[in-house]
Amino acid sequence: MAQGLLRFITAGSVDDGKSTLIGRLLYDSKTIFEDQLESIEQASTQRGTDGADLSLLTDGLRAEREQGITIDVAYRYFATPKRKFIIADAPGHIQYTRNMVTGASTADLAIILIDARAGLLEQTHRHSFIAHLLGIKHMVVCVNKMDLVDWDEARYNEIVDLYRSFSSRLDIPDIRFIPISALQGDNVVDRSERMAWYDGPTLLNHLEHVHVAADRNLQDCRFPVQYVVRPQTDAHRDFRGYAGRVAGGVFKVGDKVVALPSGLSSKVTSIAIGEKQVDMAFPPQSVVMTLADDIDLSRGDMLVRENNQPESVQDIDARICWLSEQPMRPGTRFELHHTSREAKAVVKEVVYKLDINTLHRVEDDLEIGMNDIARVRIRTAAPVLADDYRRNRATGSFILVDPGTRLTVAAGVIYA
Amino acid sequence: MSDYNLSHLDELEAEGMYVLREVAAQFERPAILFSGGKDSICVTHLARKAFAPARIPMPLVHIDTGHNFPETLQFRDDLVNELGVQLIVGSVQELIDRGEVTEEQGFNASRNRIQTPTLISTIEAHQFDACVGGARRDEEKARAKERFFSHRDDFSQWDPKNQRPELWDLYNGKCQPGEHFRVFPLNNWTELDIWNYILRENIAIPSLYFAHEREVIRRDGQILANSAYLNLRPDEQPEKLQVRFRTLGDLTITGAVESDADNLEKIVAEVAAARKTERGGRMDDKRSQSAMEDRKKEGYF
Repeated sequence: MAQGLLRFITAGSVDDGKSTLIGRLLYDSKTIFEDQLESIEQASTQRGTDGADLSLLTDGLRAEREQGITIDVAYRYFATPKRKFIIADAPGHIQYTRNMVTGASTADLAIILIDARAGLLEQTHRHSFIAHLLGIKHMVVCVNKMDLVDWDEARYNEIVDLYRSFSSRLDIPDIRFIPISALQGDNVVDRSERMAWYDGPTLLNHLEHVHVAADRNLQDCRFPVQYVVRPQTDAHRDFRGYAGRVAGGVFKVGDKVVALPSGLSSKVTSIAIGEKQVDMAFPPQSVVMTLADDIDLSRGDMLVRENNQPESVQDIDARICWLSEQPMRPGTRFELHHTSREAKAVVKEVVYKLDINTLHRVEDDLEIGMNDIARVRIRTAAPVLADDYRRNRATGSFILVDPGTRLTVAAGVIYA
Repeated sequence: MSDYNLSHLDELEAEGMYVLREVAAQFERPAILFSGGKDSICVTHLARKAFAPARIPMPLVHIDTGHNFPETLQFRDDLVNELGVQLIVGSVQELIDRGEVTEEQGFNASRNRIQTPTLISTIEAHQFDACVGGARRDEEKARAKERFFSHRDDFSQWDPKNQRPELWDLYNGKCQPGEHFRVFPLNNWTELDIWNYILRENIAIPSLYFAHEREVIRRDGQILANSAYLNLRPDEQPEKLQVRFRTLGDLTITGAVESDADNLEKIVAEVAAARKTERGGRMDDKRSQSAMEDRKKEGYF
C-alpha cells in the first residue's frame, strides 16, 4: 500500500506548549538530527534554560528567538514507516489569525491544544472555528499538561464534555480527544503509564492511521486549465495539450467533456503525466489532456462533465478573512483569483462581521480590518465557475488582490 | 477507493509540476536557477515532466563561482544539450574583475557570500521576473517559513517578517516593476524524498554524490576536497579517503562525508539512517545561528 501524506496544522499559543509538542513529535520520532540538537542545546545554555528547549527547533526567525513567540507559519516535516507528515505550525494569538487561516487552508487535520489547568479559552473557540471555516474535517483535541493536574481523569472528562457541547455548533465530522503531556512525552509517541484510564491511541498512532483520502472530491469532475502546451517542434508540430491539476472527480480517456465558459463539447483523447500515458486522472494529479476537437480553450477555462457543472456566478456569497494591515476601503476594485481564473471584483455588501471568540455576529460595526472574518457579497466583472467550498476546496476558494499594491489582501470561501 | 490513493512522492511531484506551470503561465521572463546540485536537478526534471512533450519554456541560469567541481560543469553542459534549453551563466569572477565585489581573504575564505551580488546582477541584466530554485523548507530553520512564491523587493531583498500570505494553491505572482519572485517547487520535500525520487525516476546526477576516492583535508571536524582554491594551514596534510558529497556548493565550502555508498540504493539507505543534517557539512551555515536568514534577506538563493 502506498505511503500517503498527511498535512496538519497545530494551533495554540506559547503557553499551551505547542512548540514543545512539535519538538516532542520530531524528537521522539527521531527526526531531530545531532547537529540540530547540539545547536539548540548551545542556544538554551546561552539563555540559561534547563535542558534543551525543544521550542527552539520551531522558532526559526531571529525575532522569534528573541521574543520567544512564533510570528509566522513554519512548516516541519517528519516521517514514520507508515506515513509522511507536513506540519503547519501556526501562531495562536488573535493578531495572527491570518497566519492560522493560511496554515489551515492546506491542512487535512487540525490539532487543538488545551491546557488542562486552564480548560477552554477564547482562543480554543477561535482556533476550532477557523479550522471549521477552512473546511478541515478531522480534529484532534490534545488536553495538554496532564502532569500538572496529577493525571486526573475527572479533569480530563470535564474538558472533553465542555468541548463537545461547544463543537456541536461546528461542522467537523471527526473529533478525537487525547490526554497528553508534551513536556514529558506521555501519549505523544509513547503510551503513558501514568494514565492507564485512557485506552485510546497515542497522538502519533492516530496521525498515522487517520483516513483522509476520502475527503477529496471524486464525484464532481473539475479540470481548471492552467497552461496550454504547444511544443511547435518538428516531432510534435500539431500537438495542443491542456495542462492542469485535477480539482475534482475522475477523468478517463474517452470521456465526453464540456469546456466552460464556452459550453463546447469534446472527448478526452489522451492523458499524460510527463511522457507517460495514463488512462485516468484524479485529484490532486497534475496532467496534460488532449481533446478530439480543436476548441477554444485556454488558461482560466475549465473542463467538466455535461451533467455535473459548477455554477457560473457573478454574485458571490462568501466568508472572507481580511489579511492586510490596511482596512478594507469600500468600493475598491480588487482582482479576484479563483482556480486559474482572474476577474475584477468589488465587495458590494458586508453582511456581518464575526466575533471569532464568541462566534457572535456583529452587525453594527462593519469596518473590516486585519484578521477580521466577515460574510460578504461580491460582484465580479466576469463569471466565476464556482462550487460550494464545503463540497470542493479547490473550486470554492479565492483570494482578493489589491490592484495598487499587488498584495493578497483577503482569502475567501464560497457558499453556493 | 484505494485505486485513487497516491504515494507521497506522487503528491509532491504533482505539487511541484503545478507550481512550475503557474510560473510559466504567470510570468513574462522566468528562469530556473541551476547549481548542478541534486535539488536543482530535481526541479529541472519536474519542469521536463510539467511541459512535456514541449521543451522547458525557460532558461537555466547558473551562478558560476569559478570554484566549481569540474564534474558539475560537465554535467550541466550535458544536461542543457539534452534538454535543448538556453543556458545563462552569471560569473562571480567577472564581477571581481570589474571591481564590483571584493573577495574574502584568509583560511576559510569562500566565494559563497559574493554569489549574491552576482545573482542579483544577472537577474537585473536579463530582467527575470521569477527565478525558480531548488531550496526546501526542511533544509534550514529560516527556510521553514518560505512561501512557494517568495516576493523580493527591487533590491532583491527578502523580508521574512512581512511575507505575503499564501493560501490553498492560489499563488499571487503580481508585483511592482523591478521586483521579482523566487519560486520553490520543492518546498515540501525532504532530503530523503529527493533521493527516493531520484531513485524512482532514475534521474542522472553528478558522480560526486557517489562514494569515490578523493584527496581531502580535515578542518574543524569537516572533510574538505583539496583543491587549488583552498588555502592550507601549515599543519594541514592532504590524505586520501573514500568519500561522497551530500550537497554540492563550490569546492571551498562543501564538506564530504566518509561513505561507501556507490549507488542510489545505498545512498537512500545512508540518508535514511543519517544522524546529521545535510547542511551540517556546510561551512557557510556555521557562521552564526541566523547565518541563513541574514544571507536570504540580502537576496541569496
